Amino acid sequence: MLTGSQHIRLEEGSLEKETITLNIGPTHPATHGVFQNIVEVDGERIIKGEATIGYIHRAFEKIAEHRPYYQITPLTDRLNYCSAPINNMGWHITCEKLLGIRIPKRVDYLRVIIMELARIADHIICNSILGVDTGAYSGYLYLFQFREKIYEIWEEICGSRLTTNIGRIGGLERDFNDIAWRKLDEFLKEFPRTLRDFEKLFTRNRIFLDRTVGVGAISAERALNYGFTGPNLRACGVDYDVRVFNPYSSYEDFDFQIPVGRHGDTYDRFIVRNEEMWQSLSIIKQAVQKLEQLPDKTSFHADTPHYYLPPKEEVYTSMEALIYHFKIVMGEIPVPKGEIYQAVEGANGELGFYLISEGGRTPYRLHFRRPCFIYYQAFPEMVQGQLVSDAIITLSSLNVIAGELDA
Amino acid sequence: MLTNEKVLQRLTERFGDKVLDARVQYGMMSVTLDVSVLMEAMRLLKEDEALQFTFLTDLCGVHWPDREKKFEVVYHLHNLRSNLRLRIKTPLAGDPPRCPSLTPLWSAANWMERETYDFYGIIFEGHPNLKRILNVDEMTIFPMRKEYPLEDNTRKDKNDEMFGRDPALIRADL
Repeated sequence: MLTGSQHIRLEEGSLEKETITLNIGPTHPATHGVFQNIVEVDGERIIKGEATIGYIHRAFEKIAEHRPYYQITPLTDRLNYCSAPINNMGWHITCEKLLGIRIPKRVDYLRVIIMELARIADHIICNSILGVDTGAYSGYLYLFQFREKIYEIWEEICGSRLTTNIGRIGGLERDFNDIAWRKLDEFLKEFPRTLRDFEKLFTRNRIFLDRTVGVGAISAERALNYGFTGPNLRACGVDYDVRVFNPYSSYEDFDFQIPVGRHGDTYDRFIVRNEEMWQSLSIIKQAVQKLEQLPDKTSFHADTPHYYLPPKEEVYTSMEALIYHFKIVMGEIPVPKGEIYQAVEGANGELGFYLISEGGRTPYRLHFRRPCFIYYQAFPEMVQGQLVSDAIITLSSLNVIAGELDA
Repeated sequence: MLTNEKVLQRLTERFGDKVLDARVQYGMMSVTLDVSVLMEAMRLLKEDEALQFTFLTDLCGVHWPDREKKFEVVYHLHNLRSNLRLRIKTPLAGDPPRCPSLTPLWSAANWMERETYDFYGIIFEGHPNLKRILNVDEMTIFPMRKEYPLEDNTRKDKNDEMFGRDPALIRADL
């Protein structure tokens, strides 16, 4: 009953029937990721569908049970790889809460800048690719270069672009350098103009409206029942945002709005994401302002030598740094026993970390609450009765990221 | 405003000694319930006017090989009106462990229960489509159980003991 060697079975009478079983994916140019959907179509209309996942399952939860805390950050990179820094920060915040580390305000604000840049990068991908899928290539061409600019900023902050591994438990690995600040400044100046152009190309575009309004809609009630979070839930009209409900990293200091839609369709999801980019921009600007006003201009990590890896230069020259480095790497640090659930607002919704610590050098159990995994199961219901081409844009407007599905 | 104490009071009034344990950790209430009342308790938590834990945030399994009841399913609920989170745990005995499925209450439980079955072998009774989800269908074990090491310690081609790949070290790591 529970195992089978065939993924696709021909049912009785399947050769005489008048509908067609169509296999979309696992690798299909229109699905942007490894998704398989077996759909039953009548002409171009989908009668029912079934989603199969697990093609890039990498056993992160198992690996995490065998790795010291500081080595789990690179695993989180690979969940939603379009906005890896949010995942990194989420993991650090979870650990810091478990260990009871107090983070200086300056670090919080620097983290907010990084996380909001990540949100913009993620929404750029989703919205511009949605444009491509509906046949509008130019929006993508204009907007997508800003993702590259965000990656350049991250490169200055942490040295890498996609799987960033930004930050450490207790703060950041290093402070923003002058080039990072300059690039951030340029980004804040140039991006609004392009985003406005991008909106002009789409929001009142007749063809785009025809393709997206009423497509792949889900009611707020069903969305909540399916565990939707993030922009996809907000497009249905529910103003749930972890940044406001359970503020972390000093989000309570910022003034921003939660954009909500009404119909929960592809168009509303697009508009909500666009508006969120404006809100993120405003949050970044506020953070830059707040950083200028802070008396503290230098700290980029908390003063917790027990948990924060010392800089390598010091390890070679100072005894304390060498001792702490050794203790952290060899796992001789005191970790309290406890259970903790910490959520952050990922670009796709509530990204949660459920951590059980039994006091050892590794977590006893770590579970990632991946928003995509939970809301993607609604996809067959959302596309039932729709056209195949509508299913494609529904999938891309949901912004399902294969890395987050499979963990 | 709903508080942790009110939730606990409501649950103990209704289920008495079936509430096995309750504690607050890092601000979140964690209640351990006997599996016999799980379904009823979840329905109460979701549908009661005063409680309204309408959102199922997360569901996962945990393996405790040293305990009498070796498995545990952990649910995270969220009351969006009062913004209160609640953790419900239910220990399970036997192998395979059995637990009622929450799919009648939340569609979201469908894949999460499949994932838990896939990794821990917990049978969710009443689930409409309980089959593996992330691992291959042909797999015969439940790999997140603690008895399965991260790496296959019968392998002979790896000889880097310094990195913890020695079988003895892998066991010590567990």
